[in-house]
Amino acid sequence: MIAERPRPPKGRSAVREPIAVRIALITVAIGFLGIFVLVPLLAVFCEALKKGLGVYFASFNDLAAIAAIELTLLVAAIAVPLNLVFGVAAAWAIAKFDFPGKSLLVTLIDLPFAVSPVVAGLIYVLIFGAQGWLGPFLQEHDIKIIFAVPGIVLATIFVTFPFVARELTPLMQAQGSEEEQVALSLGASGWQTFLRVTLPNVRWGLIYGVILCNARAMGEFGAVSVVSGHIRGLTNTIPLHVEILYNEYNFVAAFAVASLLAVLALITLLIKTLVEWQASAQSAFREPQTNP
Amino acid sequence: MQEPAITVAKQARAINPIASLQLWWKRRILPGFGLTLGFTLVYLSLIVLIPLSATFLKASGLGWEAFFRAVSSPRVIASYQVSFGISLLAAAINALFGIVVAWVLVRYRFPGKRILDAMVDLPFALPTAVAGISLATIYGPNGWFGQPILALTGIKIAYTQLGILVALVFVGLPFVVRTLQPVLEDLDLEFEEAAASLGASRQQTIIRVVGPELFPALVTGFALSFARAVGEYGSVVFIAGNMPMKTEIIPLLIITKLEQYDYRGATAIAVVMLIISFLLLLAINALQRWSNAGRIR
Repeated sequence: MIAERPRPPKGRSAVREPIAVRIALITVAIGFLGIFVLVPLLAVFCEALKKGLGVYFASFNDLAAIAAIELTLLVAAIAVPLNLVFGVAAAWAIAKFDFPGKSLLVTLIDLPFAVSPVVAGLIYVLIFGAQGWLGPFLQEHDIKIIFAVPGIVLATIFVTFPFVARELTPLMQAQGSEEEQVALSLGASGWQTFLRVTLPNVRWGLIYGVILCNARAMGEFGAVSVVSGHIRGLTNTIPLHVEILYNEYNFVAAFAVASLLAVLALITLLIKTLVEWQASAQSAFREPQTNP
Repeated sequence: MQEPAITVAKQARAINPIASLQLWWKRRILPGFGLTLGFTLVYLSLIVLIPLSATFLKASGLGWEAFFRAVSSPRVIASYQVSFGISLLAAAINALFGIVVAWVLVRYRFPGKRILDAMVDLPFALPTAVAGISLATIYGPNGWFGQPILALTGIKIAYTQLGILVALVFVGLPFVVRTLQPVLEDLDLEFEEAAASLGASRQQTIIRVVGPELFPALVTGFALSFARAVGEYGSVVFIAGNMPMKTEIIPLLIITKLEQYDYRGATAIAVVMLIISFLLLLAINALQRWSNAGRIR
């Protein structure tokens, strides 16, 4: 019976659900993502603009808000480049060479993802805090790390540690090292090979890794909250400032400042989508039917 | 994922680690191995390994009895129950809806699919504090969802355990979808066609043919979602109400102890959490190997 049936144009009806089931599943998926993702995102902007654009922009005309934005930019400007250098070095070592303990190293690099942000903050308090290992030494020399900017930078580095390495390693592994070997055999130096051959090949993944690392660095809350001490105008990052405003029932200002981070998240997703298109266009050009 | 050459080298290493290492050291062509691996190890040690070990050392300084007392007081036990119980439930909800979302995104075509696909990643990108205040407002007594739900059913969501559940579903949402998607994409339709041609109904095909293929990835996604939920702080703290014994999650309890200058108590709880995180990480690694092995076949 099945064999004699004429095939419908698409030829896949045997492996398709009935139309009613399909529509139901699509509705469930859209409903789930709508309720849990879209509505919270829209709510940020609606609450921020509740009292009009004037009030919205007035929220940024505040010394504490400006200080928070400046501190967040400073922290990201230190943490992201450091993790970028680390990510490139780790990806190069892991993807281009084989050595004992490699899979352990890969697991260890992932560790910060597994650790709760609060614990990430705590471990630095236990080392640099007044009660910590180095506490007495630091006090003697009048160096402040916890409840100061260096602690915030450290906690942010920890939390965003794996992003670049994680994006780059599988990409570099997939590229292999033949092109680099060719470059070297043609007389290029190591640096030239890296800059002219490796880097262009992985640039999209690198961009995405950096953008994601940056978004997390600017938005980190739990770890920074533990080490910052919440000193207004001095050790408050944007997320911490949002918390303070919200707890003071200053909802419009809280959501206005939060909307900055929401826009950052949207830009991150946009770049991710662009990078994915670029990557799929590239892999389609190189060899059809490859898996990302 | 890995190149055949690397796999072969790995097999060789398994047979005789030292000899193959020497062989490889002589043969390596690309420069920069010492520099990059050295930098990686130093940076990893300074930022991650030494601070983490210091925490364990600090906790061992407490002594067994004090440690045990700190991690087994009724309030701490209650926070474990809240954190683990609700995280499990949130991961289960994410697994259920994650299957539907992944299936729909891979198998069907409909307008707005690209946007839906991009939306899945939003919980990764949106800072947790922003999600936290937004969810607390939506599900609060005057919120878009909170008010009608309260009026219709009398159920409060914000400042109860349900609020924690909502926040944890939000943060864990991408994991199941993103682990299932590549597996579903790789799944050849031929298997399902074969099952159908042999007389299986669509239901039987889904349960007996597709189900087993997806299962390892589903468990991986569930575990990832659970691991994320257990450690989550920012999105939960605004919506939870933070009542000791009822809506206090473990990360919040650590912060409370720190604010009371109870460093020992905070360290002890943190060490318990770290051990659980490590175990989860190992389990997830094993699961990923399992699901990758399934995919190669």
